[in-house]
Amino acid sequence: MIPAIHKLARQAGLDSRAIDTFLTSHRFPLIEGLQVTFVWRGVADAVHLRHWVFGLASAQRFHRLAHSDLWHLTIDLPRGSRFEYKFDVVRNGHSQWIRDPLNPNIAHDPFGANSVCQAEGYEVPDWCQHDPDARQGSLHELILNNTAFGGPRPLTVYLPARYRETRRYPLLIVHDGGDYLRYARLKTVLDNLIHRLEVAPLIVALTHPKNRMDEYPNDPHHAAYIVEQVLPFMERNYPVFGTPAQRCLMGASFGGVASLSTAWRYPGVFGKLLLQSGSFAFTDIGENKRGPAFDRVVEFVNAFRENPGRPAEKVYMSCGTYESLIYENRSMVPFLQSHGLEVRYDEARDGHNWENWRDRQQSALSWLFPGPLWFVYE
Amino acid sequence: MHRVVILGPQRHVVTVTEELNLLGLSGRIATITAGWQEREAEDDELSVALGNRCVNLRLHARTDDVFAQDRPLFSAHRHRQDKLRQLQDIYRMRLDHLMAAASVLMARQGSPELLEPEREDTIEQLRSLDAHHLRRIRDVHEAFETQELPGERRALAQHRAEVQGILDECDAVAIAGGHVSTLIGRMRLMDVASGMTAKPILAWSAGAMVLTDRIILFHDRPPEGAGNPEVLDVGLGLAPGVVALPHATSRLKLEDEVRMALFSRRFAPADCICLDPGNRGRLDGRSWQFTDGTRCIRRDGRAVPASPEVA
Repeated sequence: MIPAIHKLARQAGLDSRAIDTFLTSHRFPLIEGLQVTFVWRGVADAVHLRHWVFGLASAQRFHRLAHSDLWHLTIDLPRGSRFEYKFDVVRNGHSQWIRDPLNPNIAHDPFGANSVCQAEGYEVPDWCQHDPDARQGSLHELILNNTAFGGPRPLTVYLPARYRETRRYPLLIVHDGGDYLRYARLKTVLDNLIHRLEVAPLIVALTHPKNRMDEYPNDPHHAAYIVEQVLPFMERNYPVFGTPAQRCLMGASFGGVASLSTAWRYPGVFGKLLLQSGSFAFTDIGENKRGPAFDRVVEFVNAFRENPGRPAEKVYMSCGTYESLIYENRSMVPFLQSHGLEVRYDEARDGHNWENWRDRQQSALSWLFPGPLWFVYE
Repeated sequence: MHRVVILGPQRHVVTVTEELNLLGLSGRIATITAGWQEREAEDDELSVALGNRCVNLRLHARTDDVFAQDRPLFSAHRHRQDKLRQLQDIYRMRLDHLMAAASVLMARQGSPELLEPEREDTIEQLRSLDAHHLRRIRDVHEAFETQELPGERRALAQHRAEVQGILDECDAVAIAGGHVSTLIGRMRLMDVASGMTAKPILAWSAGAMVLTDRIILFHDRPPEGAGNPEVLDVGLGLAPGVVALPHATSRLKLEDEVRMALFSRRFAPADCICLDPGNRGRLDGRSWQFTDGTRCIRRDGRAVPASPEVA
């Protein structure tokens, strides 16, 4: 297939009006089969596509269309891919990263927002969008005092719709709870999946770190906070099963490390782990090359790989194939399995971002906490 | 008169009204909607379908009331449910491995002379495991009955008596679908079966499942991936000789004849009856009759019309 931008380039009498027509008659980025075309219009010395797709050069240079002010780039993109990007517009030696002005599709994260490219075959799951028929759970903001960190910590508790104190519920403890709520729509996801009977009604404790880069890489204070304070608090105040099989610890990226290291420090406490794009960097030989932020991570993962014990019974893992952590995550799967853990692992053509982690929730939660779908025959 | 009628889901294709008319009953109908759990009382549409002459037995609400009044019974019941849940987990572990072996053998190409005895033996192991699991479940139920003597507890005895009183005054019983485990649990606790065996019964979806000999859970298309059909509990045995499969077309991979053949052979000699919307089966006390469009899964895995010969 010849991309539309190439047809435009060959057009006789290419002028500003022809470019206007081209831009108004297409949606961008322009998906044509397995190719995607990005365009940016304006005066610049150079334009680059900046993305976080591991395996591609992180800056892809745009081409200028003839002598016009239209810059364009066409790349191949496998079916089902989704990635986040920005444009790097260079003028007078100054570089400016901006979102794609022609793309209304934006993903937010703690650092701001990026444009989103969705390839052919990718669809935003319907279960992560507001469903007016789904009964709503509720969020409750609490404070835990005198924590292992030496001060109070906020805690958000999700109670499912039709919550009843006479019932018992599994407990899910989430790292980066605020980010999961804001950027991965966790409440909407839980409401919908519980409403659809795909996930058992859960009670969720959403924790909020002060400095995740310090607290998450195998910090004993953090592990004590989760196991000796959050968990007992939840089991004292809410009707949860209180058995390891019905407790799960969840996190993404460094939150995955925090989940695994906490469960490793306290074996037998959590029966389930939900680890998304865990930063499981390790070294077989030589030094950590990911920078000082990973020193404690590598130290932990190396120690874990040396002596894994049995941190949980069931582990759900996911990772994007466009992440630099794909190697570490893939290698963790057979490692855990070889030590007797039941593991389910999903990959997606996506990056290290919150919407990737959002999109895996149905697969993760329905496997770890299957809902009553099997029991309900209306 | 047909004593038991099992029906497909009633949400979009209501057949219970016609079946009730065929029975020629003019009196009141006792309804059981405990499978709807907290929504048990939201039965306006059902009441209309049954000619506005229903009395809802309110088994779900009654059970909640019993548990609120009798906390030791509540604790004992919860303990039993925990035990059953653990038993189900252990059963699943064994089942997964046997099903994996059976599935491979069923799909294997080769000499029937060599393969068929191996398949039959593997399926026999599955039947044996299912039977063993049912025995364990029966043991748990019996232990609960003998240790807790629920029938002698004041709150429960009072509700049971009220339920029996209502049943005595009704001409038939209608059992709706919903959460099958909740439904059988509440029916069992309220000892409903003993009061309805002499009456015509109309039941659909989960309601039909609880009437059979064994309650079989199944779903080939859940988001976590297809699992193995599993025996959940002992049924009431009022619709003998069949495995009731509500929503069969949407829940089962009927097009996968190898998978369905294993399903059918595993639960033989019972007949696996698809209960899709509009489907019906009538038991006159001796034999089943199924209406046009109602299918059964044959031993070769094909879903074929169930009437008049089902196997």
